Amino acid sequence: MEILVCVKRVPDTAENEFELNSEGNDLDRDDLVYSVNEWDNYAVEEAIQIVDRVGGSVTVATVGDEESEEILRREMAMGANNGVLLSDDAFEGSDGKGVAAILKSEIDSGNYDLIMTGAQADEGAAQVGGMLAAMLDVPYASLVNKIEVVDDKKLKVGREIEGGNQEMSEIELPCVLSIQTGINEPRYVGIRGIRKVAKLEIPVKGASDLGLDEGSVGNAGAKVKRVDYFVPDLGEGAEMLEGSTDEIIEQLIEKLKAKGGL
Amino acid sequence: MAEIYAYIPHSSGVADDTALEFPVAAGKIEPGASVTAIVTGSGADLDKVAESLTSAYKEVIKIDNEALAYPNAEIIRKVLCNIVPKGAIFLAANDTFGMDLAPGLSIKLDAAFAADVVDFEGIDGGSTLKLVRQELGGAVSTHVTCDISSGAVITIRPGVFAPAEEAEKAAGGSVTDKSGEAGDLSVKRRFLEIVEAEAGDVDITKSDVLVSVGRGIEGEENIEIAEELAEAMNAVVSCSRPIVDAKWLEKSRQVGTSGQTVKPKVYMAMGISGSFQHLGGLKGNPFIVAVNKNPKAPIFQVADVGIVEDILEFMPELTEKIKEL
Ligand SMILES: Cc1cc2nc3c(=O)[nH]c(=O)nc-3n(C[C@H](O)[C@H](O)[C@H](O)COP(=O)(O)OP(=O)(O)OC[C@H]3O[C@@H](n4cnc5c(N)ncnc54)[C@H](O)[C@@H]3O)c2cc1C
Ligand SMILES: Nc1ncnc2c1ncn2[C@@H]1O[C@H](COP(=O)(O)O)[C@@H](O)[C@H]1O
Repeated sequence: MEILVCVKRVPDTAENEFELNSEGNDLDRDDLVYSVNEWDNYAVEEAIQIVDRVGGSVTVATVGDEESEEILRREMAMGANNGVLLSDDAFEGSDGKGVAAILKSEIDSGNYDLIMTGAQADEGAAQVGGMLAAMLDVPYASLVNKIEVVDDKKLKVGREIEGGNQEMSEIELPCVLSIQTGINEPRYVGIRGIRKVAKLEIPVKGASDLGLDEGSVGNAGAKVKRVDYFVPDLGEGAEMLEGSTDEIIEQLIEKLKAKGGL
Repeated sequence: MAEIYAYIPHSSGVADDTALEFPVAAGKIEPGASVTAIVTGSGADLDKVAESLTSAYKEVIKIDNEALAYPNAEIIRKVLCNIVPKGAIFLAANDTFGMDLAPGLSIKLDAAFAADVVDFEGIDGGSTLKLVRQELGGAVSTHVTCDISSGAVITIRPGVFAPAEEAEKAAGGSVTDKSGEAGDLSVKRRFLEIVEAEAGDVDITKSDVLVSVGRGIEGEENIEIAEELAEAMNAVVSCSRPIVDAKWLEKSRQVGTSGQTVKPKVYMAMGISGSFQHLGGLKGNPFIVAVNKNPKAPIFQVADVGIVEDILEFMPELTEKIKEL
């Protein structure tokens, strides 16, 4: 099975306190810690496990700047066979549709049976997988938390739906699946693993390599544009308890007693 | 006037709660805008839902077909391509069905796509819809412009456009049967069955007090710390999704849209950032205590009491003090 997994480099929500820059039009990105989008690691792990079972290869692709190369290398250290960086100034400011169009042109140049994305990334849009499927005119299933290869023409997949229930379907290949966390346990990648793949060649492709019209992607082609970032003023918010830990605990215990917590 | 359509999910003949949220959202897109409801399904259940919607919608379009008995987004997307006019604004809920349906639909309709919208600020110059979204698990909000000149597909976050009080529901609408316009319903993804979530060793929905741990617990070995606090408080340990993904606790302990819906009196959110999918499982307006080492964590916007501390140090101290009472 030839599998392509879309991966994205994103600010790590567990590691960062997000601040706005002085103009308020972007995050203060100077000290941000970036990593692979959490969902994408599950997708790559799943792809590797499928190839281990039925043969084939795993390619990881990302649309991003040159720093995005590091996440391709990380996923190759996990076991992906190939990586490709889709990068061009003309891609900047792409909306979801733009990103999907760029990925589609790379996918068209290969011969993939299965395309995987993460269920969602840093913008919480959960859009690229479904858009890609529609552009490629192949079936789609989102939030996939189980994959069984039936034969070389179809898969049996489980989708996670509300309440943790699972919707089982049969889906024909080629198809696009967006992967939900928890489907597997992504393998750990150490420094040594990364070092092993440090020298592997990762091709970089721009708009002209992909045969893309520059006006159709990037800021020029985007119908959906972020204007600014802000921190919402959601009324009062929490009453913050302050003081030494002992003082805080004392106040907290009083409140818990009053509210039936103790 | 913008032409707005909304897809209404339903099960067992009852419309989803979001059915009453679309008209509110539409009113924020454009004051006075009316919304046409679209329901798909089969038989008596569908008729019942369609009829019930006429109190909130002037126009209800129903598509009846046996192939639509189970809401397979792949089939419904094809149907909608024949029903939603070019240039219209189409609304769906940002739930597991909407996520499956909507992005691809926007491509097929050649419309713009905006996901998980939490507010609208009106239409500028006839074709620029201004809206609000969140990014990074709710840590920041963004203003976004959406060019609706060739239509838009928009998913709204469930719950945020809820009618303020029991809404005036006398639209006196009517149902139009467009089953004949559904078109070709053949697809390459076939629904097989639903596998229900397994019940676990404890039922977190039964406890009045929950000590809930998130990724801030940092390691499996630290779960014990939360268990000790829970024991001292006569509470039960629940958690956010990453703890279940890591297999540190059973799935039945997970609070959220893809886990359990709980209604405790007191909810202790320990090292949980406060994503909407997590908070979606928290009902009944509990007293929320949030402990998080990041003073900017979104959970502090919804908690009643906030404490900026390291939970790995704070929880054992709290446990000791409670035991001394
Ligand atoms: C379709 C879908 C369904 C989902 N369903 C659910 C669901 O049902 N339930 C759910 O929970 N999630 C669900 N999610 C995932 C959700 O989007 C978030 O990823 C998840 O809720 C984040 O969990 P968290 O808050 O524990 O982790 P994070 O967002 O990583 O937050 C960890 C927090 O801990 C703090 N912290 C770290 N260390 C410490 C410390 N030592 N002391 C104090 N604080 C510390 C950090 O500052 C941070 O705020 C779903 C996602 C999708 C796409
Ligand atoms: N810039 C990108 N490059 C490659 N894949 C992406 C990119 N943006 C999003 N994706 C893929 O689409 C998934 C969902 O992201 P999103 O639709 O942005 O929420 C991610 O998990 C990735 O698999």
